[in-house]
Amino acid sequence: MSRRRLALAIEPYLYTAPSLLLIIAVMLVPLLTGLSYAFHDIILLDPLSGDFIGLDHFRELLDDDGFWTALRNTVTWTATSVALQFGLGLALALLLNQAFPGRGLVQALTFLPWAVPGFLSGLAWAWLFNPVIGTLPHWLHGLGLLARPENILSDPHLALWGPIVANVWWGIPFFAITLLAALQSIPQDIYEAASIDGAGPWLRFRRITLPLLAPTIAITVMLRTVWVANFAELIVVMTKGGPADATQILSSYIFSLAFQRLDFGYASAVAAVLLVLLLAYAAAVMVLRHALTEPG
Amino acid sequence: MVRLFRYLALATFLAFALFPLFWMLKVSVTPDDLMYGEGVRLWPSRVTLVHYTDVLRRTQFPLFFRNSLIVSAATALLATAAASATGYAFSRFRFRGKAWVVGVMLVTQMFPLVIIVAPIFRLLAPLGLTNSLAGLVLVYTAFNTPFAAFLMQSFFEAVPKDLEEAAMMDGATRLGAVVRIILPLTLPGLAATGGFVFTAAWSELLFTLMLNSSAAVSTFPAGLLGFVSKFSVDFGQMMAAGVLALLPAGLFFFLIQRYLVQGLTAGAVKG
Repeated sequence: MSRRRLALAIEPYLYTAPSLLLIIAVMLVPLLTGLSYAFHDIILLDPLSGDFIGLDHFRELLDDDGFWTALRNTVTWTATSVALQFGLGLALALLLNQAFPGRGLVQALTFLPWAVPGFLSGLAWAWLFNPVIGTLPHWLHGLGLLARPENILSDPHLALWGPIVANVWWGIPFFAITLLAALQSIPQDIYEAASIDGAGPWLRFRRITLPLLAPTIAITVMLRTVWVANFAELIVVMTKGGPADATQILSSYIFSLAFQRLDFGYASAVAAVLLVLLLAYAAAVMVLRHALTEPG
Repeated sequence: MVRLFRYLALATFLAFALFPLFWMLKVSVTPDDLMYGEGVRLWPSRVTLVHYTDVLRRTQFPLFFRNSLIVSAATALLATAAASATGYAFSRFRFRGKAWVVGVMLVTQMFPLVIIVAPIFRLLAPLGLTNSLAGLVLVYTAFNTPFAAFLMQSFFEAVPKDLEEAAMMDGATRLGAVVRIILPLTLPGLAATGGFVFTAAWSELLFTLMLNSSAAVSTFPAGLLGFVSKFSVDFGQMMAAGVLALLPAGLFFFLIQRYLVQGLTAGAVKG
């Protein structure tokens, strides 16, 4: 009997062990090693490097204009991308939540961008923004939005919009999928009862849909914010951070520190700062969500 | 009127979603001599498949394609298996340390992956797992397991607990009950999770570039980026290769997306 109880007690650990061991070995241990690089002088290919230098990297960071520019751009990039992805993803989910002929096909096609590899969508959009082989500059010029059909990726004031548009295109399906799932789990009779009581579409949306979606919205916006802040591929492929650092965000900055300057120590210090900022943000969202869902 | 507005809005979404894909297709069939002259036309005056035949016959892309298929399929199988076990435990058991396990999995979603490239390289090199497809499978399986586990959890939540409990009353072990009764019921979920992981592994660029330097074990994304760094970019071939790269991931995603919505719906209902 006691043997059976022991078997029952360890059962959940047996199910979780393979994943957990793999994640600890391949992600958590390397993460701790990577974080320890932040306190060391580690230049790849330099055999004399490797000394412990304490907080030197973090002091260097305070005077590094590249870091502060990248931090500002990270906020713009993340906030704009996530807001547009969320807004358009919610609109798409609401449109797809009603039956109409051909809905299955429309849904599959509008979700398709998510299957496109990130760097490939970067390449495709970089082309569309190129006036020689793409149409977008000519369309923008025709609409009067651009004085001349130029490549916005080479204009420091506009360049960040290039990767943002590509990112929005690519990220709408994530929000649409999760929000559509949340919409479909709302029982229809609530809406019917509200209609009978005379509530119009806007009131039903504000009083029923939004509150019931709120937990899903909080979680998906939080996950996506973290994810988008860490997402460097589009920027690396489309602009490499240029022109003049106008599109450099922290994660692409880390990328270029590590793989162009081979300065893994300093790159890790910047990555550590980004990680702390993101953890603080996630914690704040969770606290806020808790406060909102459990009043009193 | 409302209906007209809805169709108009959906048509706009469709155009936005498909236009870049259409543009890739268009460039891939444009003959080289028209590439710049007709660069901004919606469709070239002549089309050609020569970029596709060149990619398949004269480049190493068939090899990259095969490597990517092996890596993505193996990753999908392993990550889905590990994630199913973990997702099942999350959905059926309360156990000490559960919050920690969930926490560890959430943290893996939060940090920039660039920070672990060098440590992973130093971990895998002595094991002979750099410049190998097996090393990539190991790394991708670890990356994809957390999100896949949360997905599988919500698929399991949709299956009533009574089912395996009834089977266990009849003398089956829990594992036997899960394998024979619960897993067949979650087949759409398994397919959705597997397809999702396959797509993610198919698209991964950073680690394939950093861990594998030899062409013999390169995957599709690394091969594609090879076109960019050459001195003369062959746009036609590159986009032909890009369209080919899209086929498996796009097809998979096209087939599984409704199960993703279904699975998440079930998870949302149960909490």
